[in-house]
Amino acid sequence: MGWELWVVETLRRALAYGTPLLLGTLGEIYAERAGVLNLGVEGMMILGAFVGFLTAFVTGNPWLGFLMGAAAGGAASLIHAFLSITLGVIQVVLGLALTLFGLGLSGVLGQGWEGRPLKVSLTVLSVPYLKDIPIVGKIVFTEQNILVYVGIGFALLLWFLLFRTSWGITIRSVGENPATADALGIRVSLIRYLCVILGGILAGMGGAYLSIVYRPSWTQGMTSGMGWIVIALTIFSVWHPLAALGGSYIFGSLFYLSFRLQPWLAPELLTIMPYLFTILAPMLLSVHKKLRRRMGAPAALGIPYRREEE
Amino acid sequence: MIRLKIRKVIHPRWTSVFGVSVLSIFLSFFFIGFVFFGYGISPITAYYEIFIETVGNVYGVTQIIWQSIPLMLCGVGLLLAFKASYWNIGAEGQLLMGATAATWVALFSGIPDLFQVPMIFACGFAGGAVWGLISTVLKSQFRINEVITTLMMNYIAMNIVLYLIHGPWKGEEMRGFAYTDSFSQAASLPTIGNSYIHWPTLLLGAVLIGVVYVIVSRTKLGYEVKVIGQSPGAARYAGIPYFRTIFWVMLISGGCAGLAGAGEVSGVHHMLRHPEQVSLGYGYTAIIVAWLARGNPLVVILTSFLFGMIYVIGDVVQLSFGLPFQIINVFTGLILFFLIASESLMKYRISFEREEQ
Repeated sequence: MGWELWVVETLRRALAYGTPLLLGTLGEIYAERAGVLNLGVEGMMILGAFVGFLTAFVTGNPWLGFLMGAAAGGAASLIHAFLSITLGVIQVVLGLALTLFGLGLSGVLGQGWEGRPLKVSLTVLSVPYLKDIPIVGKIVFTEQNILVYVGIGFALLLWFLLFRTSWGITIRSVGENPATADALGIRVSLIRYLCVILGGILAGMGGAYLSIVYRPSWTQGMTSGMGWIVIALTIFSVWHPLAALGGSYIFGSLFYLSFRLQPWLAPELLTIMPYLFTILAPMLLSVHKKLRRRMGAPAALGIPYRREEE
Repeated sequence: MIRLKIRKVIHPRWTSVFGVSVLSIFLSFFFIGFVFFGYGISPITAYYEIFIETVGNVYGVTQIIWQSIPLMLCGVGLLLAFKASYWNIGAEGQLLMGATAATWVALFSGIPDLFQVPMIFACGFAGGAVWGLISTVLKSQFRINEVITTLMMNYIAMNIVLYLIHGPWKGEEMRGFAYTDSFSQAASLPTIGNSYIHWPTLLLGAVLIGVVYVIVSRTKLGYEVKVIGQSPGAARYAGIPYFRTIFWVMLISGGCAGLAGAGEVSGVHHMLRHPEQVSLGYGYTAIIVAWLARGNPLVVILTSFLFGMIYVIGDVVQLSFGLPFQIINVFTGLILFFLIASESLMKYRISFEREEQ
């Protein structure tokens, strides 16, 4: 294979490999934009992965799998929402608890389902006409599964919602200054609940993608830290849905390369790449002055809001 | 007229803290009962069996103490970090790097037998400390959040161990298996009687709990840690150097986890093997061990024993009922949910008061 083909193939696969990260990151961006730090993405993803796999396996319908995976992620996020928004507990520890709980529960429930390959998966398709565009057509429109486009669609939609509509202003104001938002008559808790649940749904979907498309089977702990990479990607993409698109695909290409380069390097060392990059990426960003200024997190991130009584 | 009154309490009494903690643990046992039920096992039978096999006999108790050793060491280190509000989630990786450093001493350093064990612990401490301090350097130089870095370092450590046991360190005598060679007698820790309790590590754990207790309650460093933990702004105003304090905190925190790793390879496995066998998630469970101790190092003795018991329960449940070991994560997750939920409820005291008209 010539190097051009290599690059095109890597980028094409990056889209497929980056999609679960993209879905998770978009959800986390919304939760954090509304001021809730949900570190339980790993737990929600793994539950989505198991429930998605189970549904697809039993019903033979991968779409139902995605739906139920998303629902499982959403349900798990409700625990977080209740404890962090209604009870106002410390969010760092809460996220860890959710991760442990999700990993444990999916491991217990999924015991008998390991090692069974899923026979139904999503068909890959090439978009007619568009696939003939030089380079871009080969990367974006050749042999991709539909979820890749769903991910891109979500990114565009959620970007539009966050920055071009009054709903977006509402969400961002809740994350920046909940007291003022409250004074303006915005129902802070409701907005936060909705954003956290959206985050859970998308994380669950990302998880289901892992067990239905990525590796069509169930293995306990199969998210292997992807949920944590999502947390890093959220910061890396400065809480911006379109930047998340780029960030996820960069990581997607790393995941693909860690398989592709195995003949030349020990697989264990290649597996380190995405994790190492998660640490290095913010480092590169912080060197850049202009970006550093933009790196501001939502001002009320991780701080529970409670109207002061009397 | 009698009115319901809800008041804010800043410092809840320790009796209510203790009561609520015990209640949280019982509540999670209650919910786990449903898991047993779902598997067609009567929860009462299950808990009876668990009771008999854990605290109900001498062997069970020695198993619990054995399992609590790494939890104690990691837990007391994390407690110090959490006291400074430094979220070190990387005890797992620090433990593994301690184990790796200890393995290097045992198999490749070639130092005299007499110094093997002290060097194993010294290098284990150093391995964990260095691994933990990387996050501190990254935070001070590039302001990268320590939750992310310490976590990612866990996965990196895990893969380094995997690489070593599959590649350069793969043992000669272990045909086909990804282990290192076995440690020599001189590099293995003694155990108490027939039990698995490698007492030198247990002793180190007890000593470090004492050391951290003294640091927290008697030293300037402990005072600075407390101020930074409660209000970083106030600490800066008072001229307390943030990163110098965190440096010492992470040196101890990572070092403790490294000692735990050294103890595991030298006292239990006598070799470096798959990371999930070297550490059964001790580094993650220790987060809760530390959290449950609520800032008091001495309580770590109690909480690590409790979670040592949960590990033994995991074994019992696996052997007696065929349930997966993963159930211990459900336990720890649930206990943590209830604990942090009760934390916020404890801030309020509900009372009925007679109101004069």
